[in-house]
Amino acid sequence: MRNIFFMIPVILLGYSTAFAGDTIRMGTEGAYPPYNYIDDDGNLAGFEIILGNELCARANLTCEWVKNDWDSIIPNLVSGNYDTIIAGMSITAERDKVIDFTQNYMLPRPSAYVAASEDVDLSGVISAQTATLQAGYIAESGSTLIEFATPDETISAVSDGEADAVFADYDYLAPIVEASNGDLMFVGDQVVLGLGTGMGIRESDTELKAKFNQAITSMKEDGSLNKLLIEWFGEGILTY
Amino acid sequence: MIFDCSSPDQLDRLMWSLCYLSNGKHITFYYSILKVLVLLALAAPISIGLGLFLAMLAKSDISPIKLLGKFIILIVRGIPDIAWFMFFVIALDQGLEWVRHITLCPDWTEPIRQGADFLVCEKAKLPSNSSSETIHEIYGFILAIITFSIIFGAFAGNIFSGALEAVPKDQIETAEAYGLNPRQIFWRISFKQMWIYALPGLSNLWMILIKATPLLFLLGIEDIVYWARELGGAKTPRFTEYPHGDWRLWYFLFLLIFYLTLTKLSEKVLDKLTRKLTYGMGFSGENFLQRQ
Repeated sequence: MRNIFFMIPVILLGYSTAFAGDTIRMGTEGAYPPYNYIDDDGNLAGFEIILGNELCARANLTCEWVKNDWDSIIPNLVSGNYDTIIAGMSITAERDKVIDFTQNYMLPRPSAYVAASEDVDLSGVISAQTATLQAGYIAESGSTLIEFATPDETISAVSDGEADAVFADYDYLAPIVEASNGDLMFVGDQVVLGLGTGMGIRESDTELKAKFNQAITSMKEDGSLNKLLIEWFGEGILTY
Repeated sequence: MIFDCSSPDQLDRLMWSLCYLSNGKHITFYYSILKVLVLLALAAPISIGLGLFLAMLAKSDISPIKLLGKFIILIVRGIPDIAWFMFFVIALDQGLEWVRHITLCPDWTEPIRQGADFLVCEKAKLPSNSSSETIHEIYGFILAIITFSIIFGAFAGNIFSGALEAVPKDQIETAEAYGLNPRQIFWRISFKQMWIYALPGLSNLWMILIKATPLLFLLGIEDIVYWARELGGAKTPRFTEYPHGDWRLWYFLFLLIFYLTLTKLSEKVLDKLTRKLTYGMGFSGENFLQRQ
């Protein structure tokens, strides 16, 4: 406790800035397995955590992970609370107006419907996470959209019968369907949305963007990105 | 770890529960309970201090100071908590960074706002990028305490000015008759006696403060609501040793019990305090409690 009180003046007066180096703060959601999630020990884990650490190592950056709700993940990037978003975020024209993206580190992935029975009506009530590509797609498809703040709640909505089906990333849904013992199943057609998954970076941060682009390219070239993708998403994943 | 939790799927129910409830994620959950208690422990006295200060401003004989006190109380009380939270924390953070930017980086020529981006020089960042995530969390927590204190301080200020009015006029007149000057009258008569009149309002405010602590969640601070939601969500076997279905109901039930217990304990303490404050005041604490 004494340390905390000691730190207050230190933080406010700015002695803590003595070691300003190349520390990059990486924002992620921590609720979207296998991309990013919190493991049993309470630490961040997942494909993007491994990938992000590797990219930072290649770009010679010290990186620190930051958890942030999905809802406010873009506003907090532009106001400078962290420097990158690496949270399974698809590159879209709309987001590109507010922030910049690195090249993608995953090719466009299909989104899919999951329901509790085969004969569900996909023009009924569909759940999706707020401010996602999937929510945008459902809103335009003519079905009734109900949005939730976390991906987890979109699934619960189907289990509870609140929604007829959930529309989300195939890779997020697959382990859940597998673990449900037949209670949940994929229905309807898969849809490929977006331009792949990339890291979000402030528009003014061109230097950082270049560094990460270079690191991603080097991982694509030596095949380590493909290896990582297969490890986390299985053999069916599209590789570079 | 005290228990052998290496392969949870082999354990019987009791051991499984013990292991589950003592994993790192749950420890973080318990730690977040502490966060709520620390917030209460710090925000309450700061609010009372600020409330007294505002009440004195509002009672001042100098009219600009009086107006300022009344204005602050009015503004903070009139704006919805959530709007105030959203606005104030961002404004305070960016305001501090802006001041530091101007003082620490005078040579910086680029504009601070570029499109949607808010940019200050590396040195002005608060806390700096290189400080650990713990420091960032503490900084966020301090901002939250300041915000809570200002909101509840304004309400307390209003309660205190009412309580000062409620001190019987006869007492003031008697004090005058004894030749006490206004300063002495304030500190020795009004200030000492107003507490009992302020107490019902303050205890109400304390209860509201307890209930308002989940607002921390809105500020991006990982409080008990965040962890209850995260822990309660269904977990698939691939990403955890302890897969389970949707347990949010149980976790939220726990929150319910936690907050109810806190309320009950507070009631007891506040009752005692009332009795103590009314001691020797012409009416007993018992009577005062019944009169309410």
